[in-house]
Amino acid sequence: MVLYIFYALSVIAMACALLVVFSKNPIHSVLYLILTFFAIAGHYVLLNAQFLAVVHIIVYAGAIMVLFLFVIMLLNLNAETEPHKNTLTKIMATISGGLLMVTLAGAFRVLEKNLGQVTVQNSNVGTIENLGKVLFNDFLLPFEISSVLFLSAMIGAVILGKKQLN
Amino acid sequence: MGLELLIFKAILVLVIFTITLTIAAYSTYGERKIAAFLQDRIGPNRAGPFGLFQPLADGGKMFLKEEIIPANASAFLFVLGPSLAMLTALMTGVVIPWGDTITFQGVEYSLQITDLNIGVLYIFGVVSFGVYGIMIGGWSSNNKFSLLGAIRASAQMISYELAMGLSIVALIMTTGTLSIKEIVDQQATWHWNILYQPLGFLIFMICAFAECNRAPFDLAECETELVGGYHTEYSSMKLGFYLFAEYINMFISSALMASLYFGGYNFPFMNSLGLDQNWVTILGTVVFFGKVFFFIFVFMWIRWTLPRFRYDQLMRLGWQSLIPLAILNILLTGIFTMREELKNWLFN
Repeated sequence: MVLYIFYALSVIAMACALLVVFSKNPIHSVLYLILTFFAIAGHYVLLNAQFLAVVHIIVYAGAIMVLFLFVIMLLNLNAETEPHKNTLTKIMATISGGLLMVTLAGAFRVLEKNLGQVTVQNSNVGTIENLGKVLFNDFLLPFEISSVLFLSAMIGAVILGKKQLN
Repeated sequence: MGLELLIFKAILVLVIFTITLTIAAYSTYGERKIAAFLQDRIGPNRAGPFGLFQPLADGGKMFLKEEIIPANASAFLFVLGPSLAMLTALMTGVVIPWGDTITFQGVEYSLQITDLNIGVLYIFGVVSFGVYGIMIGGWSSNNKFSLLGAIRASAQMISYELAMGLSIVALIMTTGTLSIKEIVDQQATWHWNILYQPLGFLIFMICAFAECNRAPFDLAECETELVGGYHTEYSSMKLGFYLFAEYINMFISSALMASLYFGGYNFPFMNSLGLDQNWVTILGTVVFFGKVFFFIFVFMWIRWTLPRFRYDQLMRLGWQSLIPLAILNILLTGIFTMREELKNWLFN
Protein backbone atom coordinates (compact mmCIF):
# COMPACT_ATOMS: atom_id res chain seq x y z
CA MET A 1 0.00 0.00 0.00
CA VAL A 2 2.70 2.45 1.09
CA LEU A 3 4.76 1.47 -1.93
CA TYR A 4 1.89 2.29 -4.32
CA ILE A 5 1.36 5.67 -2.65
CA PHE A 6 5.10 6.30 -2.99
CA TYR A 7 4.98 5.53 -6.71
CA ALA A 8 1.88 7.66 -7.24
CA LEU A 9 3.44 10.63 -5.41
CA SER A 10 6.71 10.23 -7.30
CA VAL A 11 4.92 10.19 -10.66
CA ILE A 12 2.94 13.31 -9.69
CA ALA A 13 6.07 15.09 -8.44
CA MET A 14 8.11 14.35 -11.55
CA ALA A 15 5.29 15.01 -14.04
CA CYS A 16 4.53 18.37 -12.40
CA ALA A 17 8.24 19.26 -12.24
CA LEU A 18 8.52 18.61 -15.98
CA LEU A 19 5.38 20.65 -16.63
CA VAL A 20 6.93 23.56 -14.68
CA VAL A 21 9.68 23.67 -17.29
CA PHE A 22 7.60 22.96 -20.37
CA SER A 23 4.47 25.07 -19.85
CA LYS A 24 4.45 28.31 -21.84
CA ASN A 25 2.49 30.38 -19.34
CA PRO A 26 4.55 31.42 -16.27
CA ILE A 27 1.44 31.35 -14.04
CA HIS A 28 0.82 27.72 -14.99
CA SER A 29 4.49 26.97 -14.20
CA VAL A 30 4.04 28.35 -10.69
CA LEU A 31 0.85 26.36 -10.15
CA TYR A 32 2.60 23.14 -11.27
CA LEU A 33 5.45 23.94 -8.90
CA ILE A 34 2.93 24.17 -6.04
CA LEU A 35 1.61 20.72 -6.99
CA THR A 36 5.20 19.42 -6.95
CA PHE A 37 5.64 20.79 -3.43
CA PHE A 38 2.48 19.00 -2.35
CA ALA A 39 3.71 15.70 -3.75
CA ILE A 40 7.00 16.15 -1.87
CA ALA A 41 5.07 16.96 1.32
CA GLY A 42 3.25 13.66 0.78
CA HIS A 43 6.64 11.91 0.74
CA TYR A 44 7.46 13.51 4.10
CA VAL A 45 4.20 12.18 5.55
CA LEU A 46 5.12 8.69 4.27
CA LEU A 47 8.41 9.03 6.15
CA ASN A 48 6.41 9.84 9.33
CA ALA A 49 7.71 13.43 9.39
CA GLN A 50 4.39 15.28 9.68
CA PHE A 51 5.99 18.40 11.12
CA LEU A 52 8.37 18.72 8.17
CA ALA A 53 5.49 18.10 5.75
CA VAL A 54 3.24 20.78 7.19
CA VAL A 55 6.07 23.31 7.54
CA HIS A 56 7.05 22.58 3.95
CA ILE A 57 3.50 23.41 2.87
CA ILE A 58 3.22 26.52 5.07
CA VAL A 59 6.58 27.97 4.02
CA TYR A 60 6.95 26.92 0.38
CA ALA A 61 3.43 26.42 -0.94
CA GLY A 62 1.80 28.93 1.39
CA ALA A 63 4.23 31.84 1.52
CA ILE A 64 7.04 31.70 -1.02
CA MET A 65 4.92 30.57 -3.98
CA VAL A 66 2.28 33.19 -3.17
CA LEU A 67 5.00 35.83 -3.48
CA PHE A 68 6.16 34.25 -6.76
CA LEU A 69 2.60 34.32 -8.08
CA PHE A 70 2.27 37.89 -6.84
CA VAL A 71 5.33 39.12 -8.77
CA ILE A 72 4.42 37.24 -11.96
CA MET A 73 0.87 38.59 -11.89
CA LEU A 74 2.18 42.14 -11.51
CA LEU A 75 4.76 41.72 -14.28
CA ASN A 76 2.00 40.71 -16.75
CA LEU A 77 4.24 38.38 -18.75
CA ASN A 78 2.92 37.06 -22.04
CA ALA A 79 4.17 35.83 -25.41
CA GLU A 80 4.59 39.33 -26.92
CA THR A 81 6.70 40.80 -24.14
CA GLU A 82 8.86 37.71 -23.67
CA PRO A 83 12.52 38.65 -24.22
CA HIS A 84 14.14 36.61 -27.01
CA LYS A 85 17.51 35.12 -26.23
CA ASN A 86 20.12 34.78 -28.98
CA THR A 87 21.45 31.42 -30.17
CA LEU A 88 24.80 31.68 -28.34
CA THR A 89 23.05 32.11 -24.97
CA LYS A 90 20.82 29.12 -25.68
CA ILE A 91 23.81 26.88 -26.59
CA MET A 92 25.69 27.98 -23.46
CA ALA A 93 22.66 27.35 -21.27
CA THR A 94 22.26 23.84 -22.72
CA ILE A 95 25.93 22.99 -22.13
CA SER A 96 25.99 24.27 -18.54
CA GLY A 97 22.69 22.55 -17.75
CA GLY A 98 24.06 19.28 -19.16
CA LEU A 99 27.25 19.64 -17.05
CA LEU A 100 25.17 20.11 -13.90
CA MET A 101 23.21 16.98 -14.81
CA VAL A 102 26.47 15.00 -15.23
CA THR A 103 27.72 16.22 -11.84
CA LEU A 104 24.46 15.24 -10.11
CA ALA A 105 24.39 11.83 -11.77
CA GLY A 106 28.04 11.22 -10.79
CA ALA A 107 27.38 12.26 -7.20
CA PHE A 108 24.41 9.94 -7.05
CA ARG A 109 26.50 7.00 -8.39
CA VAL A 110 29.15 7.48 -5.67
CA LEU A 111 26.48 7.83 -3.00
CA GLU A 112 24.72 4.67 -4.13
CA LYS A 113 27.98 2.67 -3.93
CA ASN A 114 28.95 3.86 -0.44
CA LEU A 115 25.57 4.00 1.22
CA GLY A 116 24.85 0.28 1.60
CA GLN A 117 21.82 -0.83 3.56
CA VAL A 118 19.91 1.85 5.46
CA THR A 119 18.25 0.85 8.71
CA VAL A 120 15.66 2.97 10.49
CA GLN A 121 16.66 3.38 14.14
CA ASN A 122 13.60 5.23 15.40
CA SER A 123 10.52 5.58 13.22
CA ASN A 124 9.24 8.53 15.29
CA VAL A 125 12.28 10.67 14.57
CA GLY A 126 10.24 13.15 12.50
CA THR A 127 7.62 14.05 15.12
CA ILE A 128 7.79 17.55 16.54
CA GLU A 129 8.92 16.47 20.06
CA ASN A 130 11.92 14.51 18.78
CA LEU A 131 12.81 17.13 16.21
CA GLY A 132 12.76 19.87 18.86
CA LYS A 133 14.92 17.85 21.25
CA VAL A 134 17.52 17.08 18.58
CA LEU A 135 17.51 20.64 17.26
CA PHE A 136 17.92 22.31 20.66
CA ASN A 137 20.30 19.77 22.24
CA ASP A 138 22.60 18.33 19.58
CA PHE A 139 22.48 21.05 16.91
CA LEU A 140 21.89 24.23 18.94
CA LEU A 141 24.83 26.24 17.58
CA PRO A 142 24.24 25.50 13.85
CA PHE A 143 20.52 26.22 14.40
CA GLU A 144 21.24 29.63 16.00
CA ILE A 145 23.82 30.49 13.35
CA SER A 146 21.33 29.77 10.56
CA SER A 147 18.90 32.20 12.21
CA VAL A 148 21.63 34.88 12.12
CA LEU A 149 22.03 34.08 8.42
CA PHE A 150 18.29 34.68 7.88
CA LEU A 151 18.50 37.94 9.81
CA SER A 152 21.36 39.19 7.62
CA ALA A 153 19.39 38.23 4.50
CA MET A 154 16.41 40.20 5.81
CA ILE A 155 18.52 43.28 6.55
CA GLY A 156 20.05 43.00 3.09
CA ALA A 157 16.61 42.90 1.47
CA VAL A 158 15.50 45.96 3.46
CA ILE A 159 18.60 47.93 2.43
CA LEU A 160 18.16 46.97 -1.23
CA GLY A 161 14.47 47.87 -1.15
CA LYS A 162 14.92 51.18 0.67
CA LYS A 163 14.64 54.40 -1.29
CA GLN A 164 17.85 56.42 -1.70
CA LEU A 165 17.61 59.35 0.69
CA ASN A 166 19.55 62.40 -0.38
CA MET B 1 -9.39 0.56 13.10
CA GLY B 2 -12.63 -1.29 13.78
CA LEU B 3 -15.65 -1.13 11.52
CA GLU B 4 -17.76 0.64 14.18
CA LEU B 5 -15.15 3.37 14.50
CA LEU B 6 -15.01 3.78 10.71
CA ILE B 7 -18.81 4.10 10.48
CA PHE B 8 -18.84 6.51 13.43
CA LYS B 9 -16.17 8.72 11.83
CA ALA B 10 -18.00 8.68 8.49
CA ILE B 11 -21.23 9.78 10.20
CA LEU B 12 -19.31 12.43 12.16
CA VAL B 13 -17.76 13.83 8.97
CA LEU B 14 -21.19 14.03 7.32
CA VAL B 15 -22.79 15.64 10.39
CA ILE B 16 -20.04 18.25 10.72
CA PHE B 17 -20.19 18.95 6.97
CA THR B 18 -23.94 19.50 7.19
CA ILE B 19 -23.67 21.63 10.33
CA THR B 20 -20.92 23.74 8.76
CA LEU B 21 -22.98 24.42 5.64
CA THR B 22 -26.16 25.11 7.64
CA ILE B 23 -24.38 27.52 9.97
CA ALA B 24 -22.72 29.24 7.01
CA ALA B 25 -26.12 29.61 5.30
CA TYR B 26 -27.83 30.91 8.43
CA SER B 27 -24.91 33.26 9.15
CA THR B 28 -26.00 35.21 6.07
CA TYR B 29 -29.45 35.53 7.63
CA GLY B 30 -27.93 36.41 11.00
CA GLU B 31 -25.67 38.97 9.37
CA ARG B 32 -28.62 40.74 7.77
CA LYS B 33 -30.74 40.62 10.91
CA ILE B 34 -27.87 41.98 13.05
CA ALA B 35 -27.12 44.68 10.49
CA ALA B 36 -30.79 45.61 10.54
CA PHE B 37 -30.82 45.69 14.35
CA LEU B 38 -27.72 47.90 14.50
CA GLN B 39 -29.14 50.26 11.88
CA ASP B 40 -32.64 50.33 13.41
CA ARG B 41 -34.30 48.44 10.54
CA ILE B 42 -36.30 45.19 10.45
CA GLY B 43 -34.23 43.13 8.02
CA PRO B 44 -35.44 40.17 5.91
CA ASN B 45 -39.00 39.25 6.94
CA ARG B 46 -40.78 38.09 3.76
CA ALA B 47 -39.71 34.45 3.22
CA GLY B 48 -41.29 32.36 5.96
CA PRO B 49 -41.78 33.37 9.63
CA PHE B 50 -39.28 36.12 10.59
CA GLY B 51 -37.75 35.64 7.11
CA LEU B 52 -36.24 32.32 8.22
CA PHE B 53 -36.36 30.83 4.71
CA GLN B 54 -34.34 33.72 3.29
CA PRO B 55 -31.08 31.66 3.02
CA LEU B 56 -32.96 28.97 1.04
CA ALA B 57 -34.36 31.60 -1.31
CA ASP B 58 -30.88 33.11 -1.73
CA GLY B 59 -29.36 29.68 -2.40
CA GLY B 60 -32.03 28.86 -4.97
CA LYS B 61 -31.41 32.20 -6.67
CA MET B 62 -27.65 31.51 -6.78
CA PHE B 63 -28.25 28.17 -8.52
CA LEU B 64 -30.72 29.53 -11.05
CA LYS B 65 -28.74 32.62 -12.14
CA GLU B 66 -26.96 32.56 -15.48
CA GLU B 67 -23.44 31.21 -15.30
CA ILE B 68 -20.97 33.48 -17.08
CA ILE B 69 -17.34 32.73 -17.90
CA PRO B 70 -15.71 35.83 -19.44
CA ALA B 71 -14.46 35.35 -23.03
CA ASN B 72 -10.85 36.21 -22.23
CA ALA B 73 -10.69 34.34 -18.93
CA SER B 74 -8.86 31.04 -18.67
CA ALA B 75 -11.84 28.78 -18.09
CA PHE B 76 -10.19 26.01 -16.05
CA LEU B 77 -8.55 28.37 -13.53
CA PHE B 78 -11.73 30.47 -13.42
CA VAL B 79 -13.63 27.44 -12.11
CA LEU B 80 -10.71 26.23 -9.98
CA GLY B 81 -10.60 29.51 -7.96
CA PRO B 82 -13.94 29.25 -6.11
CA SER B 83 -13.57 25.46 -5.81
CA LEU B 84 -10.24 25.88 -4.01
CA ALA B 85 -11.69 28.58 -1.74
CA MET B 86 -14.53 26.24 -0.75
CA LEU B 87 -12.24 23.19 -0.39
CA THR B 88 -9.75 24.86 1.93
CA ALA B 89 -12.57 26.39 3.99
CA LEU B 90 -14.13 22.96 4.58
CA MET B 91 -10.82 21.17 5.27
CA THR B 92 -10.05 22.98 8.54
CA GLY B 93 -12.99 21.53 10.48
CA VAL B 94 -11.45 18.04 10.85
CA VAL B 95 -9.02 18.87 13.67
CA ILE B 96 -11.42 20.88 15.82
CA PRO B 97 -12.68 18.95 18.88
CA TRP B 98 -16.45 19.49 18.81
CA GLY B 99 -16.91 17.67 22.08
CA ASP B 100 -15.40 15.25 24.59
CA THR B 101 -15.78 11.48 24.30
CA ILE B 102 -19.15 9.72 24.16
CA THR B 103 -19.49 6.15 25.46
CA PHE B 104 -21.90 4.05 23.39
CA GLN B 105 -22.34 0.33 24.15
CA GLY B 106 -19.09 0.21 26.07
CA VAL B 107 -16.97 1.84 23.35
CA GLU B 108 -15.58 5.37 23.67
CA TYR B 109 -15.95 7.65 20.67
CA SER B 110 -14.24 11.04 20.43
CA LEU B 111 -16.30 13.87 18.92
CA GLN B 112 -13.31 15.00 16.87
CA ILE B 113 -12.68 13.69 13.37
CA THR B 114 -8.93 13.31 13.81
CA ASP B 115 -6.50 14.33 16.54
CA LEU B 116 -3.34 15.29 14.66
CA ASN B 117 -0.29 15.89 16.85
CA ILE B 118 0.33 19.00 14.73
CA GLY B 119 -3.30 20.18 14.68
CA VAL B 120 -2.55 23.91 15.01
CA LEU B 121 0.04 23.78 12.23
CA TYR B 122 -2.35 21.81 10.02
CA ILE B 123 -4.85 24.66 10.29
CA PHE B 124 -2.12 27.16 9.41
CA GLY B 125 -1.13 25.06 6.39
CA VAL B 126 -4.68 24.91 5.09
CA VAL B 127 -5.30 28.61 5.76
CA SER B 128 -2.09 29.62 4.00
CA PHE B 129 -3.24 27.55 1.05
CA GLY B 130 -6.64 29.26 1.05
CA VAL B 131 -5.20 32.42 -0.46
CA TYR B 132 -4.74 30.59 -3.78
CA GLY B 133 -8.49 30.36 -4.29
CA ILE B 134 -8.71 34.15 -4.23
CA MET B 135 -5.51 34.74 -6.23
CA ILE B 136 -6.30 32.24 -8.99
CA GLY B 137 -9.88 33.50 -9.25
CA GLY B 138 -8.80 37.13 -9.38
CA TRP B 139 -6.08 36.57 -11.94
CA SER B 140 -8.01 34.25 -14.26
CA SER B 141 -10.91 36.75 -14.50
CA ASN B 142 -8.68 38.90 -16.73
CA ASN B 143 -10.03 42.07 -15.16
CA LYS B 144 -7.86 44.72 -13.53
CA PHE B 145 -10.20 45.22 -10.57
CA SER B 146 -10.22 41.49 -9.90
CA LEU B 147 -6.43 41.34 -10.13
CA LEU B 148 -6.00 44.30 -7.76
CA GLY B 149 -8.45 42.74 -5.31
CA ALA B 150 -6.62 39.41 -5.46
CA ILE B 151 -3.23 41.06 -4.91
CA ARG B 152 -4.56 43.07 -1.99
CA ALA B 153 -6.09 39.98 -0.44
CA SER B 154 -2.94 37.90 -0.74
CA ALA B 155 -0.64 40.64 0.60
CA GLN B 156 -3.00 41.16 3.52
CA MET B 157 -3.30 37.47 4.32
CA ILE B 158 0.47 36.86 4.21
CA SER B 159 1.13 39.88 6.43
CA TYR B 160 -1.41 38.89 9.05
CA GLU B 161 -0.44 35.22 8.99
CA LEU B 162 2.91 36.26 10.51
CA ALA B 163 1.39 38.03 13.49
CA MET B 164 -1.15 35.20 13.90
CA GLY B 165 1.62 32.59 13.92
CA LEU B 166 3.61 34.58 16.49
CA SER B 167 0.57 34.97 18.76
CA ILE B 168 0.07 31.18 18.59
CA VAL B 169 3.76 30.60 19.46
CA ALA B 170 3.17 32.21 22.86
CA LEU B 171 0.13 29.98 23.40
CA ILE B 172 2.15 26.87 22.46
CA MET B 173 4.80 27.94 25.01
CA THR B 174 2.25 27.79 27.82
CA THR B 175 0.47 24.62 26.66
CA GLY B 176 3.47 22.64 25.41
CA THR B 177 1.51 20.84 22.70
CA LEU B 178 0.27 21.43 19.16
CA SER B 179 -2.69 19.06 19.39
CA ILE B 180 -5.91 21.06 19.72
CA LYS B 181 -7.56 18.25 21.72
CA GLU B 182 -4.78 18.38 24.34
CA ILE B 183 -4.93 22.19 24.44
CA VAL B 184 -8.68 22.00 25.14
CA ASP B 185 -8.25 19.28 27.78
CA GLN B 186 -5.71 21.41 29.65
CA GLN B 187 -8.32 24.16 30.06
CA ALA B 188 -10.61 21.99 32.21
CA THR B 189 -13.50 23.77 33.97
CA TRP B 190 -12.49 27.43 34.15
CA HIS B 191 -8.69 27.43 33.50
CA TRP B 192 -9.19 29.01 30.09
CA ASN B 193 -6.19 30.21 28.14
CA ILE B 194 -7.65 33.72 27.82
CA LEU B 195 -6.65 34.23 31.48
CA TYR B 196 -3.01 33.43 30.67
CA GLN B 197 -2.81 34.91 27.16
CA PRO B 198 -5.04 38.02 26.96
CA LEU B 199 -2.69 39.92 24.63
CA GLY B 200 -2.16 36.84 22.48
CA PHE B 201 -5.91 36.39 22.13
CA LEU B 202 -6.38 40.02 21.08
CA ILE B 203 -3.70 39.69 18.38
CA PHE B 204 -5.14 36.34 17.27
CA MET B 205 -8.63 37.77 16.96
CA ILE B 206 -7.53 40.82 14.93
CA CYS B 207 -5.55 38.53 12.62
CA ALA B 208 -8.51 36.16 12.28
CA PHE B 209 -10.62 39.10 11.08
CA ALA B 210 -7.95 39.96 8.51
CA GLU B 211 -7.54 36.33 7.41
CA CYS B 212 -11.27 36.02 6.78
CA ASN B 213 -11.25 39.27 4.75
CA ARG B 214 -13.97 40.59 7.00
CA ALA B 215 -14.64 44.26 7.72
CA PRO B 216 -12.76 46.37 8.83
CA PHE B 217 -10.19 44.44 6.75
CA ASP B 218 -12.34 43.73 3.67
CA LEU B 219 -10.00 45.64 1.35
CA ALA B 220 -10.07 42.73 -1.11
CA GLU B 221 -13.65 43.47 -2.13
CA CYS B 222 -13.68 47.17 -1.34
CA GLU B 223 -16.63 48.13 -3.55
CA THR B 224 -16.01 51.87 -3.47
CA GLU B 225 -12.59 51.42 -5.12
CA LEU B 226 -12.61 48.02 -6.82
CA VAL B 227 -16.23 47.39 -8.01
CA GLY B 228 -16.41 43.96 -6.30
CA GLY B 229 -12.77 43.03 -5.80
CA TYR B 230 -11.60 39.57 -6.77
CA HIS B 231 -15.09 38.24 -7.48
CA THR B 232 -16.18 41.07 -9.81
CA GLU B 233 -16.53 38.72 -12.81
CA TYR B 234 -18.18 35.87 -10.94
CA SER B 235 -21.86 35.04 -11.14
CA SER B 236 -24.25 32.31 -10.07
CA MET B 237 -23.02 29.57 -7.71
CA LYS B 238 -19.33 30.35 -8.31
CA LEU B 239 -19.92 33.69 -6.61
CA GLY B 240 -21.96 31.78 -4.03
CA PHE B 241 -18.94 29.57 -3.31
CA TYR B 242 -16.74 32.59 -2.57
CA LEU B 243 -19.34 34.14 -0.27
CA PHE B 244 -20.02 30.79 1.40
CA ALA B 245 -16.31 30.14 1.90
CA GLU B 246 -16.07 33.48 3.74
CA TYR B 247 -18.85 32.50 6.14
CA ILE B 248 -17.37 29.01 6.67
CA ASN B 249 -13.98 30.59 7.43
CA MET B 250 -15.71 32.85 9.94
CA PHE B 251 -17.36 29.84 11.59
CA ILE B 252 -14.09 27.88 11.73
CA SER B 253 -12.14 30.89 13.11
CA SER B 254 -14.78 31.29 15.79
CA ALA B 255 -14.52 27.59 16.65
CA LEU B 256 -10.73 27.91 16.78
CA MET B 257 -10.85 30.97 19.06
CA ALA B 258 -13.34 29.18 21.32
CA SER B 259 -11.22 26.02 21.56
CA LEU B 260 -7.76 27.63 21.81
CA TYR B 261 -8.55 30.49 24.20
CA PHE B 262 -12.03 29.97 25.67
CA GLY B 263 -11.85 26.40 26.87
CA GLY B 264 -13.58 24.65 23.96
CA TYR B 265 -16.22 22.29 25.36
CA ASN B 266 -15.15 22.98 28.97
CA PHE B 267 -17.37 25.05 31.22
CA PRO B 268 -17.19 25.91 34.96
CA PHE B 269 -18.53 23.32 37.43
CA MET B 270 -18.79 20.70 34.68
CA ASN B 271 -17.49 17.93 36.97
CA SER B 272 -19.55 18.86 40.04
CA LEU B 273 -22.97 18.56 38.39
CA GLY B 274 -23.19 14.85 39.23
CA LEU B 275 -24.22 13.95 35.68
CA ASP B 276 -23.28 10.99 33.50
CA GLN B 277 -20.18 11.51 31.28
CA ASN B 278 -22.33 11.35 28.11
CA TRP B 279 -24.59 14.14 29.36
CA VAL B 280 -21.58 16.28 30.29
CA THR B 281 -20.23 15.73 26.76
CA ILE B 282 -23.52 16.75 25.13
CA LEU B 283 -23.80 19.78 27.42
CA GLY B 284 -20.18 20.65 26.62
CA THR B 285 -20.88 20.52 22.87
CA VAL B 286 -23.87 22.82 23.35
CA VAL B 287 -21.71 25.22 25.38
CA PHE B 288 -19.01 25.05 22.68
CA PHE B 289 -21.50 26.02 19.98
CA GLY B 290 -22.74 28.81 22.23
CA LYS B 291 -19.20 30.20 22.40
CA VAL B 292 -18.86 29.82 18.61
CA PHE B 293 -22.11 31.72 18.00
CA PHE B 294 -20.94 34.46 20.35
CA PHE B 295 -17.75 34.92 18.28
CA ILE B 296 -19.73 34.89 15.03
CA PHE B 297 -21.87 37.65 16.55
CA VAL B 298 -18.69 39.61 17.43
CA PHE B 299 -17.55 39.27 13.80
CA MET B 300 -20.83 40.78 12.60
CA TRP B 301 -21.03 43.38 15.36
CA ILE B 302 -17.59 44.74 14.39
CA ARG B 303 -18.40 44.66 10.69
CA TRP B 304 -21.40 46.92 11.15
CA THR B 305 -19.69 49.22 13.68
CA LEU B 306 -16.24 50.05 12.35
CA PRO B 307 -15.41 51.67 8.99
CA ARG B 308 -12.93 50.06 6.62
CA PHE B 309 -9.19 50.70 6.98
CA ARG B 310 -7.15 52.41 4.27
CA TYR B 311 -4.63 50.03 2.72
CA ASP B 312 -1.54 51.74 4.15
CA GLN B 313 -3.17 51.79 7.61
CA LEU B 314 -3.83 48.07 7.28
CA MET B 315 -0.21 47.31 6.44
CA ARG B 316 1.10 49.61 9.19
CA LEU B 317 -1.16 47.94 11.76
CA GLY B 318 -0.02 44.49 10.68
CA TRP B 319 3.70 45.02 10.41
CA GLN B 320 4.42 47.84 12.87
CA SER B 321 1.94 47.16 15.68
CA LEU B 322 0.78 43.54 15.73
CA ILE B 323 4.09 41.80 14.94
CA PRO B 324 6.13 43.74 17.58
CA LEU B 325 3.30 43.21 20.10
CA ALA B 326 3.26 39.49 19.34
CA ILE B 327 7.04 39.28 19.83
CA LEU B 328 6.70 41.19 23.12
CA ASN B 329 4.03 38.70 24.15
CA ILE B 330 6.40 35.80 23.40
CA LEU B 331 9.09 37.50 25.50
CA LEU B 332 6.73 38.09 28.44
CA THR B 333 5.44 34.51 28.24
CA GLY B 334 9.03 33.25 28.26
CA ILE B 335 9.91 35.34 31.32
CA PHE B 336 6.76 34.17 33.10
CA THR B 337 7.43 30.50 32.33
CA MET B 338 11.06 30.72 33.52
CA ARG B 339 10.34 33.00 36.54
CA GLU B 340 11.71 30.54 39.14
CA GLU B 341 14.95 29.98 37.24
CA LEU B 342 15.29 33.72 36.65
CA LYS B 343 14.80 34.47 40.35
CA ASN B 344 17.45 31.95 41.33
CA TRP B 345 19.85 33.30 38.72
CA LEU B 346 19.36 36.96 39.68
CA PHE B 347 19.39 36.75 43.49
CA ASN B 348 21.85 33.93 44.14
